[in-house]
Amino acid sequence: MTDIFWLIPFVPALSTFILAVFGKKLPKKYVSFQACFAVFGSFFIAAISFMGLLQTSHESYPLVKNIFSWINAGSFNVNLSLQFDPLSAVMALVVSGVGFIIHVYSVGYMADDEGYTRYFTYLNLFTFAMLILVMASNVVLMFVGWEGVGLCSYLLIGFWFEKHSAANAGKKAFIVNRIGDAGFLLGIMFIFIHIGSGEFTAINEAIGGGAVTQGLATLIAILLFVGATGKSAQIPLYVWLPDAMEGPTPVSALIHAATMVTAGVYMVARMNLLYSLSGTAAQIVAIVGAVTAVYAATMALTQNDIKRVLAYSTISQIGYMFIGCGVGAYGAGMFHLYTHAFFKSLLFLAAGSVMHALSGEVDMKKMGGLRKYIPLTYSTFLIGAIAIAGVPFLSGFFSKDAILTSAYANGYYFVWALGILGAVMTAFYMFRLIFLTFHGQERLAPEVKAHIHESPPVMTIPLALLAFFSVVAGYVGLPVVAGENLNFFGNFLEPVLRGGHEAHISHNLEWILIGISIGVAFLGIIIAWVFYIKSPRIPEKLRTRFPRIYKLLYNKYYMDEIYNAAFVNPTVRGSEIIYDNFDLKIIDGAVNGTAKVTGSSGKILSYFQSGLIKDYALIFLIGVIIFLGYLIIF
Amino acid sequence: MIPANYFMILSVILFVLGAVAFFIKRDLITMFMAVEVMLNAANLAFIALTRSANSLDGQVIVFFIITVAAAEAAVGLAIILLIFRQKKTIKTEDIKLMKG
Repeated sequence: MTDIFWLIPFVPALSTFILAVFGKKLPKKYVSFQACFAVFGSFFIAAISFMGLLQTSHESYPLVKNIFSWINAGSFNVNLSLQFDPLSAVMALVVSGVGFIIHVYSVGYMADDEGYTRYFTYLNLFTFAMLILVMASNVVLMFVGWEGVGLCSYLLIGFWFEKHSAANAGKKAFIVNRIGDAGFLLGIMFIFIHIGSGEFTAINEAIGGGAVTQGLATLIAILLFVGATGKSAQIPLYVWLPDAMEGPTPVSALIHAATMVTAGVYMVARMNLLYSLSGTAAQIVAIVGAVTAVYAATMALTQNDIKRVLAYSTISQIGYMFIGCGVGAYGAGMFHLYTHAFFKSLLFLAAGSVMHALSGEVDMKKMGGLRKYIPLTYSTFLIGAIAIAGVPFLSGFFSKDAILTSAYANGYYFVWALGILGAVMTAFYMFRLIFLTFHGQERLAPEVKAHIHESPPVMTIPLALLAFFSVVAGYVGLPVVAGENLNFFGNFLEPVLRGGHEAHISHNLEWILIGISIGVAFLGIIIAWVFYIKSPRIPEKLRTRFPRIYKLLYNKYYMDEIYNAAFVNPTVRGSEIIYDNFDLKIIDGAVNGTAKVTGSSGKILSYFQSGLIKDYALIFLIGVIIFLGYLIIF
Repeated sequence: MIPANYFMILSVILFVLGAVAFFIKRDLITMFMAVEVMLNAANLAFIALTRSANSLDGQVIVFFIITVAAAEAAVGLAIILLIFRQKKTIKTEDIKLMKG
C-alpha cells in the first residue's frame, strides 16, 4: 500500500499546471472543486501510505522512491527521489489534511476576489512545494521544496500587490528568507564536501559510523539552523512574519501558521542525529527557541491588530517547538508542530471569519461584544484559544507540556523557566484577544455594525472541523504519567528520531511540572479576565505608569527600525552610491563613449562623402598615382 | 618611321588634357568628352607600342576598348539625359544626392 506514496506531491502539481495554463477559461466552481480535490487526493494517498507504513517493519525505513537521476557531475550526484518514513508521513498528513480544510475555507473567503483562480493556483503550488520539502530524500531536493514554499509565500503575501504595503511585505519576507537560505546553502555545501552525499540515509550512516567530527557537525548544524531561523521566523530573522499578515487570512493560516513556518522544525528533526552529535548546536537551538518564545510573546501583549497578535503568537509557539528539538525531545517538538497546525490555523481562520463579518476590520479596539453576532466563530475561536493557552485536556496542553517536561528533565532549567514565562503570556494575550474581540463593550463603527453577519457554512464547517481536531489531536501523545506506552505519536516517530534522548524523571516530579503548567495557563487567563473584563481600567493605568515599557513593546522593540538603520538603509545608500558612480559613470560612460567615438569618427569620415563626382575622381586619381608611384619606385 | 617616343609624348599630353578637362569642367557632357579623350590617349599609346614591337596584342585590346567605349557612350549619354529630365540641369555641383 505504500508504493504509491511518491504520488502525494504530484496531485497538486498536476492541478497547479492545469490551473496555470487553462485557469482563465475555467469556471470558478470548477476551479474551486479541482483545487480542493487535488489536495484531498494528496491527503487520501498520504493516509493510505500511512496505513501501509504502520504495517511495515522499522528496519525498512525509510521507503525511498527514486524518480530519476537529476544531477550527475563527477562525485556530485543528486537524485530526484522521495522518501516516506514516520516523520515524512506526519508532515505529509498535516500539510495535506490541514491544507485541504483551508482550501475549502478559502472557497468562501475568497469568493468575491478577482484573483480567485490565481489564488488557488498559488495555493496548490504551495502544497506541492511543501510536500516536496517534507518528502525529499536528500538535502538538495529538500532545498528545492524549501525555496518553492518561500516563493509561494512571497506570491501569496503580495497577493493583493496593488496595495503598496502588501507588495513590500512580500519583498521583505523574500529577502529576509534569502539571508537564512545563504546559511542553509553553505550547510548543504559542507555536507557534500565532507560526507559526499546529500541523501539523509547516507548522512545518518556517516554520523553513525563516526565519519563526522563534532566540530563539523556543529558547523553544519548551525548553518542549517540559520536557514531555519529565516523560514521559521526565529530570532534574529523573525521580522518578516508579522508583516506577512498582509496576505489573505487563509494564507496566513496555511503558510504562516500551520505548515511553511514549521519547516525549520521539521528540518532540525530530520537532522536529529547531527544536532545530537554536535550538542552545542542543539543547545543553541534550544536557547534561540526559548528566547524567541518569550520575546515574541511580549510583543503580542500590546498589539491591537488581531492578525498580528496571532503572528507573534506563531513565532512564540515555533520557539517552543525549537525548545523541544533543542533539548533532545524531537518527538515532543514534532508533536507541538502537529497540534499547533490545528489550533493555530483554527485561530487564523476564525480571525478571518471575524474580519469577514466586520468588512475587513482588524483593529481590536473597534470590536468588542461580538459573541452575540457571530456565535459560531466565537465558540471555535474560544476552543482554539483554550487549546493554545494550555488548558488541560485540549491538544495544546499535551504538546506544550511534553516540551516543557522534557526541557526540565534534560536539565535545561533556564529554558524551562522561560517556557513557563512564555506560557503565562500566551494564555494572557490569547484571552486578551478573546475579551477585546468578543466580550465587553461594543466599539463597532456603525456602518460596520449594519453589515455584521456570520460566515457561510463553507467557512464555518472548516472551523468546526479544526476545532474538533484542536480538542482531540493531543490524545495520540499522552504523557507518561497517564500510563505507559500511551504516547503513540512519540513511539511512531521514534525509529527516525534516534538522536533524541529522553531523561526520565519520577512520576511525582512530572505531576508537579504538569501542575505548574496548568497553573500558569489559568494564571494567564485570570490576569486577562481581571484586566479586560473585571476592571478594564488597569491596562490604562499600567500604560501611564510604565510608558516606556509599553512603548517599547507596542513598537515591537523598535526592531524594524533598528534593522532598517543597521542593514536596510546602508544597503540602499550603498547601492545608490554605486549606482551614481559605477552604473551611471562607468557603465553608462563606456556605452555612451562607444557611441560617441563611432559618431564623431563617422562625422569626420563623412567629409569625404561630398556627393560630388569630381571629388571622388580626384581621390581616385590620387590613389592611382600613389599606387603607381609605389610600383615604379620599388 | 616616326619613333614610338613621339606617340607616347602625344598620348601623355592628350591624357593630361583629358584629366585636367575632367576636373575643371562643370557640365557632364564636357566631362564625358574628357573621359573619351583619356580613353583615346590610351588607345594611341597601345597602337604605337604594339606597332614598334611588331605584335598584334595591342591592336586587339584597342578594338576591345573602342567597343566598350561605344557601349559606355550609349549608357553614359542615356544617364545624362535622364539626369537632365529629373533635375533640369547637368551641372555637377547641383548633383550631390550622395552627400554624407
